[in-house]
Amino acid sequence: MIAAPFFRWDWVFNHLDLIRDKVAEHLVLTGIALGVGLAISVALALVGLRFPRLYPPITWVTGVLYTIPSLALFAFLVPITGFTTLTAEIGLVSYTLLILIRNIVAGIQGVDPAVREAALGMGYAPRRLFLEIELPLALPVILAGIRIAAVTTIGLVTITALIGKGGVGFFILDGLSRFFHTEIVLGTALSVILAVVVDLSLVLAQRLLTPWASRRTPVAG
Amino acid sequence: MDFFVDLIQWFGDNWSGDTGWVARTWEHLWISGVAVVAAMAVAIPLGAWLGHTGRGGLIAVSVVNIGRALPSFGIIALALPLTIWLARTTPLIDSGIGFAPTVVALFFLALPPIFTNTYAGVRGVDADIVEAARGMGIGERKIVTEVEMPIASPVILTGIRVTAVQVVATATLGALVGFGGYGRFIVDGIATQDRLELVGGAVLVALLSILTEVGFSVLERVVIPGGIRRRRRSDVDPFLAT
Repeated sequence: MIAAPFFRWDWVFNHLDLIRDKVAEHLVLTGIALGVGLAISVALALVGLRFPRLYPPITWVTGVLYTIPSLALFAFLVPITGFTTLTAEIGLVSYTLLILIRNIVAGIQGVDPAVREAALGMGYAPRRLFLEIELPLALPVILAGIRIAAVTTIGLVTITALIGKGGVGFFILDGLSRFFHTEIVLGTALSVILAVVVDLSLVLAQRLLTPWASRRTPVAG
Repeated sequence: MDFFVDLIQWFGDNWSGDTGWVARTWEHLWISGVAVVAAMAVAIPLGAWLGHTGRGGLIAVSVVNIGRALPSFGIIALALPLTIWLARTTPLIDSGIGFAPTVVALFFLALPPIFTNTYAGVRGVDADIVEAARGMGIGERKIVTEVEMPIASPVILTGIRVTAVQVVATATLGALVGFGGYGRFIVDGIATQDRLELVGGAVLVALLSILTEVGFSVLERVVIPGGIRRRRRSDVDPFLAT
């Protein structure tokens, strides 16, 4: 008898619909986590920038949230919110906060004080200064933070398979329970591919959103 | 409130024996420790050497990016068939079900952050200091171990701390491939819908990760030379993009 191959392409081709659905679910879970995480982070970063005394407690609390293992956090939440998308998202969002807040604050703080002075001298009001000068200049650092958060979240989504969600994590869990290698490899590979594709799209978005940044990069040679 | 009382009761009822939480604590710490120490043994010399020579900048960046993209759950699941195959072909030490795949996966997860922090730390040492050491006739090897590494020690330790916390957290997933540790309580709790076991396990893991973080903060105070501790503001922030 011929031993079963380690990876069965025929299984993959027979389950393209399922794969498409799971990839879509993975992207939706990631997208919601990033969107909500970004909204909360911007608000908390603004609080931290406006009231510097509140910044250390904010990073401390989000740091503790980041420290709690994902599986443990999901386990905590299941008795309260059940096996729902909400449970998955609370966990996923909480892991993006520390990364995003730190990068937003560092980005805004990194704006050249001379630029800020010049804008104030030209009569920019604080709100306009923030929206039209500080935020665009901080964008490269903020987007870099979003890239890290996105890649980390895509990996974490696989774990939510344990509470019945999980996008491509479904394949890893299912493959593990049936000891079917193809599914484990497929789920892991899809997760890595998604992370790389999303990361590259964000790099592209960064180029489009901050054309001045790439112009400034020194030419090699 | 009743649940809280029941939970205390659960801790009281389930501490002893091979499946009690005391034994699970040792399993959890043991597997995390082995993975982190093994990763340190590989990543620190390599990172320090590449950082010293200034070679491999591209490798350092790629390693971080790949490390971030790897899903820990997938790696542990993948390591299972791999280690079973290894155990069949080579006399691998049998440390119980699930130990080998979990420790292999944790090792690969621990490698990137320790490597890059060591690389960045040594790379970031003031070139004038290295030149001065060279002028004093100190050999290259000694420059690395006695000048660059101590100066880089805050950054290297930050890397180890972040990694250790992550490994303790991720070791929980080992239960999915049959390993013990705290993950056992969570996975079994989910499977049998036993809320007490599930939450009990979650409390234990959360506590252990936070304790690891605190423990390393204390260790940093003790280990880092006094003169360098004052320069700690130059720390590489592992959460900031470069």
